[in-house]
Amino acid sequence: MTQVSMTVNGKPVSGDVEGRTLLSSFLRDHLSLTGTHVGCDTAQCGACVVHVDGEAVKSCNMLALEADGSEVGTIEGQANSDGSLNTIQQAFQDHHGLQCGFCTPGMVMSAAALLKENPRPTEAEVRKYLEGNLCRCTGYHNIVKAIMAASGQNVSSIAAE
Amino acid sequence: MPKDSGIGASSKRREDVRFLTGAGNYTDDINARGQAYVHFLRSDIAHGRIKNVDTSAAEGMPGVVRIFTGKDFEGVGGIPCGWEVTDRHGAPMQEPAHPILAQGKVRHVGDPIAAVVADSLEQARDAAEAIDLDIEELPAVLDMKAAAQDGATLVHDDLKNNICYDWHLGEADNDKVDEVFANAAHVTTLDLVNNRLVANPMEPRVAVAEYNRGTEEYTLYTTSQNPHVIRLLMCAFVLGLPEHKVRVVAPDVGGGFGTKIFHYAEEAFCTFAAKACNRPIKWTASRSEAFMSDAQGRDHVSTIELALDADNNFVGLRTNTYANLGAYLSTFSSSVPTWLHGTLMAGNYKTPVIQVNVKAMFTNTVPVDAYRGAGRPEATFQIERVIDKAARELGVDPIALRRQNFITEFPYDTPVALTYDTGNYHGTMDKLEAAADLAGFAARRAESEAKGKLRGLGVNCYIEACGIAPSNIVGMLGARAGLYDAATVRVNATGSISVMVGAHSHGQGHETAFPQVVADMIGIDESMVEIVHGDTSKIPFGMGTYGSRSLAVCGSAMVKATEKVIEKAKRIAAHLLEASEADIELKDGQFSIAGTDKSVAWGDVTLTAYVPHNYPLEVEPGLEETAFYDPANFTFPAGAYACEVEVDPETGKVSIEKFTAADDFGNIVNPMIVDGQVHGGIGQGIGQALLENCAYDENGQLLSASYMDYAMPRADDVPFYAVDHSSQTPCTHNPLGVKGCGEAGAIGSPPAVVNAVLDALNSGGKAVDHIDMPVSPSRVWTAMNG
Repeated sequence: MTQVSMTVNGKPVSGDVEGRTLLSSFLRDHLSLTGTHVGCDTAQCGACVVHVDGEAVKSCNMLALEADGSEVGTIEGQANSDGSLNTIQQAFQDHHGLQCGFCTPGMVMSAAALLKENPRPTEAEVRKYLEGNLCRCTGYHNIVKAIMAASGQNVSSIAAE
Repeated sequence: MPKDSGIGASSKRREDVRFLTGAGNYTDDINARGQAYVHFLRSDIAHGRIKNVDTSAAEGMPGVVRIFTGKDFEGVGGIPCGWEVTDRHGAPMQEPAHPILAQGKVRHVGDPIAAVVADSLEQARDAAEAIDLDIEELPAVLDMKAAAQDGATLVHDDLKNNICYDWHLGEADNDKVDEVFANAAHVTTLDLVNNRLVANPMEPRVAVAEYNRGTEEYTLYTTSQNPHVIRLLMCAFVLGLPEHKVRVVAPDVGGGFGTKIFHYAEEAFCTFAAKACNRPIKWTASRSEAFMSDAQGRDHVSTIELALDADNNFVGLRTNTYANLGAYLSTFSSSVPTWLHGTLMAGNYKTPVIQVNVKAMFTNTVPVDAYRGAGRPEATFQIERVIDKAARELGVDPIALRRQNFITEFPYDTPVALTYDTGNYHGTMDKLEAAADLAGFAARRAESEAKGKLRGLGVNCYIEACGIAPSNIVGMLGARAGLYDAATVRVNATGSISVMVGAHSHGQGHETAFPQVVADMIGIDESMVEIVHGDTSKIPFGMGTYGSRSLAVCGSAMVKATEKVIEKAKRIAAHLLEASEADIELKDGQFSIAGTDKSVAWGDVTLTAYVPHNYPLEVEPGLEETAFYDPANFTFPAGAYACEVEVDPETGKVSIEKFTAADDFGNIVNPMIVDGQVHGGIGQGIGQALLENCAYDENGQLLSASYMDYAMPRADDVPFYAVDHSSQTPCTHNPLGVKGCGEAGAIGSPPAVVNAVLDALNSGGKAVDHIDMPVSPSRVWTAMNG
């Protein structure tokens, strides 16, 4: 066992982990931050996306020890300080960008990373960026729409609400 | 003018807040104090005889609690099949045993052989590697037609052959059918494959089971679409447990699409082992395990024939289909190629003579069962592909050919056992033609051609039988369950309401849509109504969510229970207002005496029901009612879909440029949610048509066992979809007039995509009749250049 320390959603945390413990396991099992989901074992589905030092990372594909000393952000830390949904979360609700909710944390975390680097992405840019995030419920329609709306674009002309 | 609350409003989903903030409660988020973990050692070969499973070395490994093999389950029931299909001669289907852990033979890659319970998952996995297996490999049975031959290797040694049943529906007289085809002016024949798919809800299956020695009660948390069905099957057929001592909870469930309907060995194992090990047991499937243990979908090989007269009227339709059931009978597997497929072979058309022949086969592959649409996509694909081919052969417009043969009068008795209560197929096609701007297609094709691309338009119709199902009818057809549903409306003293429902929400938004109905009926705010689902200790015995049934069946039960509540509340209100019950009206949450300004509020009546001081003595206190609802018929959503593709002639790559859906779902409670259901179905249908394929090699090895190998549709594989639900013929036999919308997209979209690709190729001078799904670049390129 090795001790690992990091800052998660602004709070310092530490724990003893095996060398093989994944960051996703550390968040879920050690910190009970179960909003980060694991949907595959090949780093394809993106349900586990978190932010590590500001970058979107698949937490199932990173060892907890690799995140030692890092600033980690998870879905639990995304809402506004008063507990209300942030702009991206609110857009997902407003535009029905989620159904079963399992891929949603990863989608929101990826969307946040996208909008940070590209504040007004085109439809094609959103779709390209989401290549690493699978959703089986929505057919992606309302996810893409929600992210474009969260970037301040008018999405009312997009086919069918 | 869109409504802002109640029936017809696009109320925002209340469940979203917890999902968007990481506060959902999925099964894998649940941990029991002192839990142990199970890892299943699964077969890595498709077919073999188990000679020895030596667990001695593994048993001494660190953390190991106990190791189970098939021997531990001798005398324990196997996984049951919920539907007994009777073959064309009146004999019951062949029904092999389905043990929890393999006994005697392994029959597919992924078949569980041993289960290692240990203090940690890693220890369980490590110990599983130390189990010594001696398994004699046998030839794998894979090709369905070969498997049906006399002398074929048997998947199950105790069965007479690999044919589960040889079934028939529709016209029984072969000579009559032959005569129809012989006398036809034109016959179109098509051989096609409905590719095997994996449902792939993003949440893998999970089970956590606990046993309380003090109370002798079990609790099973499991990723299910129907917790009561799981409890009944597991208690009555597998483990022999008293139902009242078992609680099954399906908490937040991350998608189902059919594959979480079924009772699985892993959840029964965890329940069994929780007592045997006297510890809570947890199992979480990896995605690779999901690929080799979740029941898979589709996998039909069909020859479809359409006979037309000289005026292009459809006069006969015949299918000969082989349906793959895999190695064992999953819970509803036997009903899919039969009653959910054969009965839909009339489609939207008044074909007078239809014959459906299905051979259902055992093979050394993962079991196959219902996946979104379940039989109806297989029927629709055959019908709509053969019509398109006929139109091309006859040189007629494919939409005109469909319109000419539409059923136009309702109710309509099909030759394949259904009665369509209502529909308006011309009206829905009119909506499609407008919404898809079919008039502008020629210009769009010219634009594509100017870029060096081929553009194709594919159109098709679909009909589905939803709202599953009238219990008396399905009972006659072999179902071993009723298919009603139930709801309890519990009004609290302060007027808020908890509605306990048998339906289960795993993405469908019941927590939002169901309250819209109850609130609308009473005239109170939606926020006063809460839905409780997914816990057998809280909800009445309902059959769960699948087959686009939740609102049509469980919603009807909820309406009936709410009506009973209102009726009782009116009696209390009449007492308070000193008026006759017959004169009491309920509007906007106020009970009033008709024609007067005397009224009493909903909250005052509900409080009186629980504080019955000034109260009618003949009325029981309290305000809580339960209703069970058994539908009188299926519901029949129908629609017309249009897909436009561009094909790159250099590479064979297909891109979906435009997709339009016009559906008739009858009345709609929440249009936003209904649109979302159709979007998701279309996404899966495009996945089937262009990308997805569950593949086995010649030894039965599963080649597509991860997202590196199984091509899931991603955001950049699909366009925005246009959906139109303004064509509405309300269901005639349920109180809300609703039909069901969950599967439509997945049923209606694959033929539109394939028809569009073929239209593109033919427009480029390539006379290609058919390409099997997935229509991959290599298949398109080969068809163009082969």
